[in-house]
Amino acid sequence: MSAALQPQADQEAPPAAKAQLDCPVRYHLRHDTIYHYDQPVGESRQLLRLTPRELPWQRCLSHHVEISPEPARRLNFIDGFGNAVQSLHFERDHETLFIRAESWVERDAPPLPALEDSPPWEQVRDLLGYHAGRLADQRALEAMAFMFESPHVRLKREFADYTAADFPPGRPLLEAVDALMQRIFREFTFDPEATDVSTPVTEVFERRRGVCQDFAHFMLSCLRSLGLSARYVSGYLLTRPPPGKPRLIGADATHAWISVHCPQHGWVDFDPTNALLPAREHIVLGWGRDFSDISPLRGVILGGGEHEPEIAVTVVPEDEVALVYGDGDPAFPAAIPLIR
Amino acid sequence: MPSGLIDAYPPSPDRYDEMLAADGRPRAHWQGFADRLHNFPDDNLARRADFVRDAIEADGVTYNVYADPKGTKRPWELDMLPLMVSADEWAQISEALAQRARLLNAVLGNLYGDQSLLAEGLLPPALVFGQHGYKWPCRGVQPPGGVWLHNYAADLARSPDGRWWVIADRTQGPSGAGYALQNRLIVSRAFPDAFRDMHVQPLAGFFRALQDSLGRLAPTDGEAPLTVLLTPGQYNETYFEHAFLARYLGFPLVEGQDLTVRDDTVYLKTLRGLRRVHAILRRLDDDFCDPLELRADSALGIPGLLGAIRAGRVLMANALGSGVLESGALFGFLPAISERLLGEPLAMPSVATWWCGEPPALEYALEHLDDLVIKPAFASMHMEAVFGHQLRGEARRNMIARLQAQPHAYVAQEWVRLAQAPVWSRYREQRLMPRSVGLRVFATATPEGYVVMPGALTRVAPRAGMEVISMQRGGLSKDTWIKTETPVVHTSLLKKRLGVIDLVCAASDIPSRVGENLFWMGRYAERCEASSRILRAALARASSSEGGRDPSFRGLLTAACHAGVLPVETIEDPDEDIEERLLAAVFDPEQAGSVAANLRALAFAASQVRERMSSDNWHALNRLEQVLQTPAATLDQALAALDRVMLSCISLAGFAMDDMTRDEGWRFLILGRRAERMAGLATLISVPLEAPAEVRERMFDWLLETANSIVTYRARYRRAPETLPVAHLLVFDTSNPHSVAFQVETLRHDLERTASELGHPCPPLLDELSAQLRRFDLTTLEAERCDGACGHLGRLLMQIQQGAHILSDELHRRFFTHTVRPVALRRVA
Repeated sequence: MSAALQPQADQEAPPAAKAQLDCPVRYHLRHDTIYHYDQPVGESRQLLRLTPRELPWQRCLSHHVEISPEPARRLNFIDGFGNAVQSLHFERDHETLFIRAESWVERDAPPLPALEDSPPWEQVRDLLGYHAGRLADQRALEAMAFMFESPHVRLKREFADYTAADFPPGRPLLEAVDALMQRIFREFTFDPEATDVSTPVTEVFERRRGVCQDFAHFMLSCLRSLGLSARYVSGYLLTRPPPGKPRLIGADATHAWISVHCPQHGWVDFDPTNALLPAREHIVLGWGRDFSDISPLRGVILGGGEHEPEIAVTVVPEDEVALVYGDGDPAFPAAIPLIR
Repeated sequence: MPSGLIDAYPPSPDRYDEMLAADGRPRAHWQGFADRLHNFPDDNLARRADFVRDAIEADGVTYNVYADPKGTKRPWELDMLPLMVSADEWAQISEALAQRARLLNAVLGNLYGDQSLLAEGLLPPALVFGQHGYKWPCRGVQPPGGVWLHNYAADLARSPDGRWWVIADRTQGPSGAGYALQNRLIVSRAFPDAFRDMHVQPLAGFFRALQDSLGRLAPTDGEAPLTVLLTPGQYNETYFEHAFLARYLGFPLVEGQDLTVRDDTVYLKTLRGLRRVHAILRRLDDDFCDPLELRADSALGIPGLLGAIRAGRVLMANALGSGVLESGALFGFLPAISERLLGEPLAMPSVATWWCGEPPALEYALEHLDDLVIKPAFASMHMEAVFGHQLRGEARRNMIARLQAQPHAYVAQEWVRLAQAPVWSRYREQRLMPRSVGLRVFATATPEGYVVMPGALTRVAPRAGMEVISMQRGGLSKDTWIKTETPVVHTSLLKKRLGVIDLVCAASDIPSRVGENLFWMGRYAERCEASSRILRAALARASSSEGGRDPSFRGLLTAACHAGVLPVETIEDPDEDIEERLLAAVFDPEQAGSVAANLRALAFAASQVRERMSSDNWHALNRLEQVLQTPAATLDQALAALDRVMLSCISLAGFAMDDMTRDEGWRFLILGRRAERMAGLATLISVPLEAPAEVRERMFDWLLETANSIVTYRARYRRAPETLPVAHLLVFDTSNPHSVAFQVETLRHDLERTASELGHPCPPLLDELSAQLRRFDLTTLEAERCDGACGHLGRLLMQIQQGAHILSDELHRRFFTHTVRPVALRRVA
């Protein structure tokens, strides 16, 4: 990992912390969602994608969802991309809906390849392209799902043109993707007022502003327009409280970044909102073609109108839990050993 | 002339002609029909053509064309001359079709299952995952009996050498089978002798196979299967066919709102309660089927449907996600896939098609553009076919640039010069004209394999030399006669004549949506009338009185605000342009609570239950909607418009009482009217009762007028209105249909009847209000100063007004949305 890639982490981590960089870290996650409806809602269905996904470098040690009112029915299933989904059905009048997902997650840094050692990007593109009768293994088959248009991702000449500067012939794939990420970070402004969930990616491109979701959708559009395979990752990011201020409950947010498929290295994550390669401070919930496949909460209610929920996310490293929540609040499941 | 009909028919030399062989003589299987045409007397064919046209009108056969200036419904276009197909040729078509259906079903199972076709490189992933029709949430779903594709249709074209080719696959919810049946019903009557003598294969067996198979394949848990036909609604282009097939197959025709999912089981909401649905024959695109997991903005779908499908509790025909195979880009890959999945060669070739996403295919397409048709590779592209030989100059360069920029988005297809068949030209000269034709053929899944309809929808290009056959572009159709060597026994799912057992009285099992729309139709009709009365009284007084300073007039404005007719801020500042505000409350459809807004809501509710109204009733509604189209310039014009609204409302009330069938649904119309009037009256009357004593009796003038009881009052008392007689007439007198007590008592009676018919206990709410009204001591209103008693009555009226809203909510829950679980009675120790 080069120092230039993770300015935030390196600037702020004191030298003493360096020694711990190889150790896995544990986080407590709390994700609260509250709906206040104007009119009582008689029937409601919700799909939750709030369970942190298992990865070789991420373990979900415990996961619990608290719901009020109690739903008439709860059902768990796995979606087409392998994410855990919880489906809820409410059949009685309620004016508020409260959902709290709490998890303990253990996270390690993924083995990051040297970016310049990855294969030339055209070679990857050609390997992904169709050739009659060529066999695809499970990994290649999985990559095929993330190469085309999806509700929030467009394949367009203008995206390919924008991307071309970072993808000269023969450049190693991951180096090129990194350059693209850096450029998006430089040229796009983070602006929560500029867009909403329905803003098309073409408009994000025109205005050069948006939030993490927009950055991710735009970067996916760029990579897929070149014929590469890239997916949308939903999750959380550990934030740092302002210097001298304590960590606050509910001060965090859900986050999104992308993952690109490299035949030799599998999936490699890039976070265009922060211009860094996600490591131990990103926690993965799940993935899909874009936000529409993996939104943490999706629901249909009978009656009522548009309702914006209040959302509060809190990510706390294990050693700060007592400080943030006071004694004994979210108990750590002691029986689970660390990943080694 | 007729003897010259066939001689005068000009087949095109470079096309296959369905009727005439190369030597100009009728083909063997046309001989019988050609002989008849030859022998008909002069005016005979014209009369048969008229018969066909009249039958289409009488049966109401329509095809909706979006954005058609002639209105949404256009009569179905049917040429009276059937297309003949020989038994031998049909045997081959039929076998090839069944095989192709089997193949496509296996492909769907593969793509939503282990995807080995992709892993083995037999299909480009772009053509699967790049298709909008591939539904990720359906991945891993196991449909009952392993059938994804219940109904399949293919469009066939015949090339000049006489061979048939598949030019399009319809795998999502193929339309046309119902129109083919309707064509048969009409054309077989236009040529009854020919139809009988030529041993034409009947269609009923195909529909019976469809009807039986859905029931047999559906997960029923031993219950008698209930299959519904799911339609997007009356504005869909083939809505006529949905309604026709539903009736023919005996399936209830439902929209998304008619269904609900509870515990992963699909139910039909009826006024009598929930009935489990075991199979859904859908004409709704998969995107719209479940807003929870598919398109979130779909108002047509059923939330949770996919969960029920995943749980294996309901059969979907066709399975969600089956639209992924509707791209011509797949054609080139099917022969190898057929060998791989079925171990058989593909029996009928697809028209030669190259997916330009493969570089050699793109090269070929650019070289041979003149002989090719360029089509979209993705169904979501909504691009019309482009004929290479028609492209010149700029357009040609553009097309080439588009192909080179995004080759994977296009397919190049060999241009098949379509075969032609004779159509009757009735407009100019009465003669036979050659037109390009293609067949749409249908297959349906049964537990024993695919069955192919022995017949087809023959689609005809609307004009000579036209290349594209499309119903959206005003195409014509034909019946298709498949001959057999042996005589046939004709059966039909439609009974020839009805017996006593078929007699239908008031319909039962009415969908909740119908009851709900009737209920709201009742409420809005009453609300239109009541708001018109209030505004007429206000407009008449606005200019003559001292305006907002007159306390009596202020009371009227307060009542209008409470009734929701005027925005609340009106009463806070009553001098401000009061006339303008009153006019807006009449004419502005965007202002909530205005007469125009109420009329619009009434028209919408009525349009949802249009089939239950006589045409006179419907016309009365249409007239009513038009009254307020042009805003009035003067006060007099506004008053006249309000008078017309009221008259129309009264005639609607007459239709409701005297014209509509009194079934379970009708009762909700009446409940809606009563509940609305009860709430409205209570609101109005409580305003004077709560006013200071010195202005109270001055308000009775407008109160009696707006409550429509002034004539009765004058006839009874012949003196200025006083508190006691007014309160008696408007609140307690059960002989006055405009009194509160009348509404309460008739509602109690109607609710009891509804509850006993539909099996839901009656909410006890009204009994309590009725008792309170009866207990009220009228003598307390005798005194000149009776503020206390007036306040008491005012509070009771507010309770009654609240009661109307609670009642409305209760009815919704019990009968329309079914969100109240029936509560079992418990014995109390």
